[in-house]
Amino acid sequence: MSDTVIEATGLRKEFGTAVAVDDVSLTLERGQSLAVVGESGSGKTTLARMLVGLETPTGGTLRVCGRPRPPGRVSSRERRRRAREMQIVFQDPYSSLDKLQRIGGVIEASLDLHFSLTPGERRKRALELLEAVGLAERHATMLPRQLSGGQRQRVAIARAIAVEPQVLVLDEAVAALDVSIQAQILNLLADIRERSGISYVFISHDLAVVHQISEVALVMSGGRVVERGPTGALLSDPQEEYTKSLRAAVPRPGWKPSRRAVSGSAANGSAASGTAAS
Amino acid sequence: MTALDTVRPRGGFRLPRPGPALRRLGPLGTGAAVLLAAVLATTLLAPVVAPYDPNRPDLFNALAGASPAHLLGGDALGRDVLSRLMWGARTTLSGPLLIIFLSTTIGTTLAITAAWAGGKVDAVVSRLLDVLFAVPGIVFALVAVAVLGPGVPGVVLGLTIAYTPYVARVVRSAALRERQLPYIAAAWVQGRSAVGICVRHLLPNLRPLIVAQSVSALGFAVIDLAAISFLGLGVQPPTADWGLMVKSGLDSATRGQPLEALGAGLLIALVVAAVNILGDRIGREEGELR
Repeated sequence: MSDTVIEATGLRKEFGTAVAVDDVSLTLERGQSLAVVGESGSGKTTLARMLVGLETPTGGTLRVCGRPRPPGRVSSRERRRRAREMQIVFQDPYSSLDKLQRIGGVIEASLDLHFSLTPGERRKRALELLEAVGLAERHATMLPRQLSGGQRQRVAIARAIAVEPQVLVLDEAVAALDVSIQAQILNLLADIRERSGISYVFISHDLAVVHQISEVALVMSGGRVVERGPTGALLSDPQEEYTKSLRAAVPRPGWKPSRRAVSGSAANGSAASGTAAS
Repeated sequence: MTALDTVRPRGGFRLPRPGPALRRLGPLGTGAAVLLAAVLATTLLAPVVAPYDPNRPDLFNALAGASPAHLLGGDALGRDVLSRLMWGARTTLSGPLLIIFLSTTIGTTLAITAAWAGGKVDAVVSRLLDVLFAVPGIVFALVAVAVLGPGVPGVVLGLTIAYTPYVARVVRSAALRERQLPYIAAAWVQGRSAVGICVRHLLPNLRPLIVAQSVSALGFAVIDLAAISFLGLGVQPPTADWGLMVKSGLDSATRGQPLEALGAGLLIALVVAAVNILGDRIGREEGELR
């Protein structure tokens, strides 16, 4: 069995006449964490949605865990099988849970869909999963509105890892959380990866976060990949103008906002790499 | 004596606190609920509580006014008006309830299917609804009566067709909004089937809206069915029915016995008002949940 979990070639997505994603290729090895960086509208969310099958690519091919995923209708059975290959966590922790479903029920529902367990086993496993994401038994009977944003995101992560996927796509999964909670969730994700050997596709606009979570990164702009490479090198020594300007736009001590910084301010971006590399 | 002592109530007396459901309904809503409950109870218990057989003519009681034996007097054939009102609630309310049940079920199914499938299915359903909207409900009822003959089945069929687009339009737009939410996408990526998502997630989340919508439609259905019975195309004599009683009561009223028409008319008005108040309260509740 190959150790490449995602192999995408020339992915393209058009919405009407607009091209959201244009000729994006990427590979993801087992246990690897790949960051996709770019500003709003760069096509990174569309890319994430294509990977998990929420959007049908207009062109290109996608192979997951060695199996091709051609566009077209898919049987329920095949969809459940694909679900065990790749899961997703969305940005908005408020609307990514059904407001009527209790937390324990959320997890049990996905266990129920994928594994044949007795009700007792299912409940036990659900509590284990909640514990694994740092929630307690008492949370199981709560409704989403009784939880904070960070806690809800933990539930979304527990729901995703409940089906034991090979790959977890995190679409701006920490962007809506405040900084200290972000750090907690990033630590949690690092823990989970260490324990399970899961792979991540980490979609983000936040360079500091990307640096913490991923070893390889690709930078997207206008739907295209403009630069790719090891995250550290990419952030400390960007080759492309766009990556430089993206890095220069990160606030830091003594930083002055500028319109799409080019050359001058991007060149003295050592302060940014200093914070990012910490 | 501290300031706190002065604030504390002296006695142990406390008004009983209304339960959460009643508190949310408010006094008007509570009144409406009580009225409907009373009507419903009377309807169900009509065989027990009605003083007379509603269909037994008694010529000595014909067009009689109120008396201790006949509290609301008799109609043109001497049948007891009070008993007929009690029994009449059955036909007057069961028809509309059936209409609402059928149109809500069909309308919701159409709406969720259209919203989920999108594309051509949605376009076809939406155009179909547009066509149904263009025809007044009463026309459907009249056509159905022309085909099936006068009587309740035809009217129920016609009004069900007439009411379906109202349910479908409201539910469809809410379902379109709801299905955009990430939790639906998450369920999809989890591998849940479309039907599973609609039943487990969409339907429960749309339920308050569907309930509010069908309760307010119930008021209209009561009026429509009563009106059609009044025209002589709905419920057929000698069955007791409020709409029919307004009609026959009008005759009696010109001959000095206004209680039949008054009673039936007033009951229709009260029930419709109560249903509308409840629908409004439930709708408001739904708005607060969003």
